Amino acid sequence: MNDLLRVHPEIRHQGLDWLKEPSPDDDIVVSTRVRLARNIQGFPFAFNATQAERASILDQTREVIGGLEMMGRVDLWEMSGLDSRERELLLERHLVSRELTMTPEGEVPNSSALALGNLRALGVMINEEDHLRLHTIRGGRQLLGAWNDLDQLDEELGVRLPYAFHHEFGFLTSCPTNVGTGLRASVLIHLPGLVLTKQIHRVLDGMGQLGLTYRGLYGEGSRIVGNLFQVSNQTTLGKTEEDLIDHLEILVKRVIGYEKQARSVLLREAPNILEDKVWRAYGILSHAHSLPFEEMMNLLSGVRLGISLKLIKSPSVGVISEMMIRAQTAHLQSEAGRRLDEIDADVFRARYVRDVLRTIDESLEEKGPETGPTGSIAEAT
Amino acid sequence: MDCNNCGDQHAEVTLTEIENDEMKTLHLCSTCAALKGVTVEGPSSTPIADLLAHLGGVSGGASSSDAEECEYCGTESSKFRQTGRLGCPQCYAQFPEQLRAVLRQVHGAAQHIGKIYLSSDLSATKPELELASLKRRLERAVELEDFELAANLRDKMNLIQGTP
Repeated sequence: MNDLLRVHPEIRHQGLDWLKEPSPDDDIVVSTRVRLARNIQGFPFAFNATQAERASILDQTREVIGGLEMMGRVDLWEMSGLDSRERELLLERHLVSRELTMTPEGEVPNSSALALGNLRALGVMINEEDHLRLHTIRGGRQLLGAWNDLDQLDEELGVRLPYAFHHEFGFLTSCPTNVGTGLRASVLIHLPGLVLTKQIHRVLDGMGQLGLTYRGLYGEGSRIVGNLFQVSNQTTLGKTEEDLIDHLEILVKRVIGYEKQARSVLLREAPNILEDKVWRAYGILSHAHSLPFEEMMNLLSGVRLGISLKLIKSPSVGVISEMMIRAQTAHLQSEAGRRLDEIDADVFRARYVRDVLRTIDESLEEKGPETGPTGSIAEAT
Repeated sequence: MDCNNCGDQHAEVTLTEIENDEMKTLHLCSTCAALKGVTVEGPSSTPIADLLAHLGGVSGGASSSDAEECEYCGTESSKFRQTGRLGCPQCYAQFPEQLRAVLRQVHGAAQHIGKIYLSSDLSATKPELELASLKRRLERAVELEDFELAANLRDKMNLIQGTP
């Protein structure tokens, strides 16, 4: 082992760096994620592997992952070594999938782990549906940058571990829906303008016909909350990685254009209603004493829209993205230092949101009202 | 509810079509939906098994050049058709016909044209890879207490190594 690998460090703010920098189109695109599915030659797929085989896959990966230039210093957590609250924290940051943390029978899977580098937001899930899921998350629209970094990590890892590859089918995956490139690129995009002008279904249908698919915030089968849509490529075989990325990039840019049009129509046709909606959302968030998650997300959507349209000067959209993560139940529990039931969580959430917004209001007052957006990330209390 | 199109699969997709200004709602199984150009992604929403059930008559029959079971992990061809799950990477080479049919449905293509992977160990010859795989399968068979399989595998290893 080497000093570039820390096993089971305390989970603090790892995986949240993407929130800190302003990024391209972040008034509409919240984040970009890209992942590659890879399997190691000579082993059955993870669901079909014995305990010893899963342990061997984890050992082989652990051996090499601390020395990868692309990842820098690596933190590694085995899911069975974390308590349920810690696993939920990683899940809420989209660093692990539900499948990595839990079997269909509700148990913690053997030898499943997350390795997270301190450079370039690169991570690897080990013994997920596939032996390896290489992934990265970025703020705003950054598909090309994310893909380039992930591609290089893949090259580095591929010379150290023997991947399962077939000349005809490409990179072999547990589910044939991922085979070929193993690439899934997705963009979390905020489309309140298209929802309010009732054009959203036309746009989503169009994307469907062009080979893209959409999901809610929490992936497959999840509901749409806060007007947030996760748009991704639907197929992984028969196109090059660059084509898949370019195609998504072109369509996302087009959707951004439609959303901007819808927003300007709203501003022109119904400025008072729009302003009222935005400030009403801000008002409720600033004063509520109990906030269910979904309600908060819908209100934050209004505030985010207001910030993008410069109806609200502060906070920055980064602060809104950070609130979306830190106001989830496991994060609130982590701050509270105890388990919270649903009612308690709603109360804690409301308090957290009030505190963040008050801190921003106060800093604005100190600097005077003409200073505009602060652009800083407020620390959670 | 049964699929409005084929009538023998469970409907999982609701398709709304507008034809001559008239709205039609169709309830379709994922296969018929795919054939109408609507594809839903992911293992839970695109049951490969469902697809295979439809394709079974075409590619699962006697004319198929596919193996009956994967000689590496033992996954049976019929089980793959039932569950849509492959047991190991080698299954792809064992059931190529059925996979090509599935992949054309799911991806609209069956040939990978993306990155090419060059093995980490270019000096590794095929017998060595086979031996390594047999060794792991042997360990697995012992762990699962399948001694008949273990004996078989040991014979195969001896054959490759040229020892009696």
